[in-house]
Amino acid sequence: MKIQEADAKSLLLAQGLPVPPWKVARTPKEVEAAAKSFLDAGAGKVVVKAQVLVGGRGKAGGVKLAGSAAEAAEVGSKILGMDIKGITVRKVLVSTAAEIVKEYYLGAIIDRASRRIVLMASAEGGVEIEEVAHRNPGAIHRVSADPQLGLLAFQARALGLAIGLRDPLLSPFVAVARGLYATMQANDADLVEVNPLAIVAETAPGGAVTQRLVCLDAKVTLDDSGLARHPSLEALRDLDEEDPTDAQARKLGINFIHLDGTIGCMVNGAGLAMTTMDLVKNYGGEPANFLDVGGGARRETVRGAMELILADSKVSAILVNIFGGITRGDEVAAGLIEARGEQSREVPMVVRIVGTNATEAAQLLREARFETATSLDEAAEKAVALAEGAAR
Amino acid sequence: MSILVGSETRLVVQGITGREGEFHTRASVAYGTRVVAGTRPGKGGQTAIDGTVPIFDTVAEAVSQAGANTSVIYIPAGGAPDAILEAVDAGIGTIVCITEGIPALDMIPVVEAVRRAGARLIGPNCPGVTSPGLAKVGIIPASIHKQGRVGVVSRSGTLTYEAVQAMTDAGIGQSTGVGIGGDPIIGTTFLDVPKLFHDGPETEAIVMIGEIGGSAEEEAASYAAEQLKGVPMAAFIAGRTAPPGRRMGHAGAIISGGSGTAAEKIAALEAAGVRVADSPTQLPKLLREAGYRP
Repeated sequence: MKIQEADAKSLLLAQGLPVPPWKVARTPKEVEAAAKSFLDAGAGKVVVKAQVLVGGRGKAGGVKLAGSAAEAAEVGSKILGMDIKGITVRKVLVSTAAEIVKEYYLGAIIDRASRRIVLMASAEGGVEIEEVAHRNPGAIHRVSADPQLGLLAFQARALGLAIGLRDPLLSPFVAVARGLYATMQANDADLVEVNPLAIVAETAPGGAVTQRLVCLDAKVTLDDSGLARHPSLEALRDLDEEDPTDAQARKLGINFIHLDGTIGCMVNGAGLAMTTMDLVKNYGGEPANFLDVGGGARRETVRGAMELILADSKVSAILVNIFGGITRGDEVAAGLIEARGEQSREVPMVVRIVGTNATEAAQLLREARFETATSLDEAAEKAVALAEGAAR
Repeated sequence: MSILVGSETRLVVQGITGREGEFHTRASVAYGTRVVAGTRPGKGGQTAIDGTVPIFDTVAEAVSQAGANTSVIYIPAGGAPDAILEAVDAGIGTIVCITEGIPALDMIPVVEAVRRAGARLIGPNCPGVTSPGLAKVGIIPASIHKQGRVGVVSRSGTLTYEAVQAMTDAGIGQSTGVGIGGDPIIGTTFLDVPKLFHDGPETEAIVMIGEIGGSAEEEAASYAAEQLKGVPMAAFIAGRTAPPGRRMGHAGAIISGGSGTAAEKIAALEAAGVRVADSPTQLPKLLREAGYRP
């Protein structure tokens, strides 16, 4: 699950990491009030940042500076309501604009190949790490946390040294790196990223300038499998940005991803669901969705899944592909028959059910006059033909 | 001949009294798998599966009293990591964890403990391992297999069934089918299984079923190019039409930062001399083209 920058910063703060204060605003008026509070506290400028769950906010014009509360309100009114990669900005983060001396990248990820948590750091901060990896892979330094002891101080130190940090910023870096690891563990995160991690210059009232390491941005994604033991994190799910069908799919316990095509797919198993999409494409069609009903799906799940598919008005044909193992074919067939009795519009469908209780399923489907297929290829080909027929 | 499970397998089922545990144990027994014990803490001394399988409180007892050497785990995500560690501690050599939804961070220290003990973990979130005619450990339907000499490794469940069924229908039998699981942190990788097939006797051809995400298929491809020259191989990669940045059901199936795409994997496999199918049903044909004669 992706969460917003402001929420990610709260998680970092909870682990004692240095994050400058911020406020979240939903209207230009709130932006103005937030900006005023930072400016009154001595900020020279404030930064207003769109809160959306997609990358590239800066490039899209979703991050702007302002020198006064009125200017902040104006900037805020432009960013709020803006469309960034298809997502409408509904809230912004307002914070003091730091005087940046240098930007770094620091991230903690789960590395599948080594089966460890890996911390990555780079002196090329403030740009997307994928870009650095592509352009200058040598600029990214890595350490693997010990799988049983965690990220050790000497490992974090080595990483800080590798990106050129020295006294007095090395110890704060070690604390930040270990804090990222702790944030990951405390929340079952699968990614914790601070980009930029910045050295900022701060001028004290007496005029003395000091340098400090702070987390200016934060990105955290949570392991869906860990959410059950962190009930409070569920509240961070951004329903504003969620497709309503996602919430419905979650309730049904199925995996559903909306796509752009016309052929609705219902499949059991993630790998087979992807394969079904691929074959639809092979035969010249376009899948409307990825849908895995999961193992052991009951008829209620099948009915709910059918409703989700039909909610997409672009769907002009449906392909059901079930290879029964734990899932019983007759249960799915019964669900399909019930769903057809309830559905609001007629959409041609081809059903392929093999494996456990396939014979019983075939009989039910034959009696209910469903179009069926035996092989996966045949099913995909028929579905594409049905969609083409519907388009004519 | 088989790898991982076979005629030597003496299976203990961890979580034998649960709904899934009982259902799939029955199927394993019916297949001829030697199920010597089950565990359910607090119900030691009772029996399961119509009185045919003794229940023990601990895996250690299943090992010392029933001679178990392999375990399968049907315990919910909250208890499954502990169940794996208990099996390791009891000296079980091969552990198959079917459980889905274990947090990835739980698995990191667990796979390390498995590695240090020199044990082998398959899964989690996997359908299991079947050596046709010898033993079936996990939830793969018995009916799809035929005894033979093609080794199958897969990251997926039902897609494996599809591929294996296509081979069986074409008269091509399998030595062992291994579903390694769809999670990001798993005990046995896509690369490990071809190595096991290579080191074990009598597997003469290999079928690999991969999917988007990670780089395990690429690693298997470079191993194949170096070590499996002359071995007929065919592969299928799911997710050619998957959109980037979205998790396709399996926690591990995601294209991130432009890497982990099906196209990259297919290119790596083809460069290594592995024939890649457009549909799982083409696998038998590709195996024959690669020179395999069942």
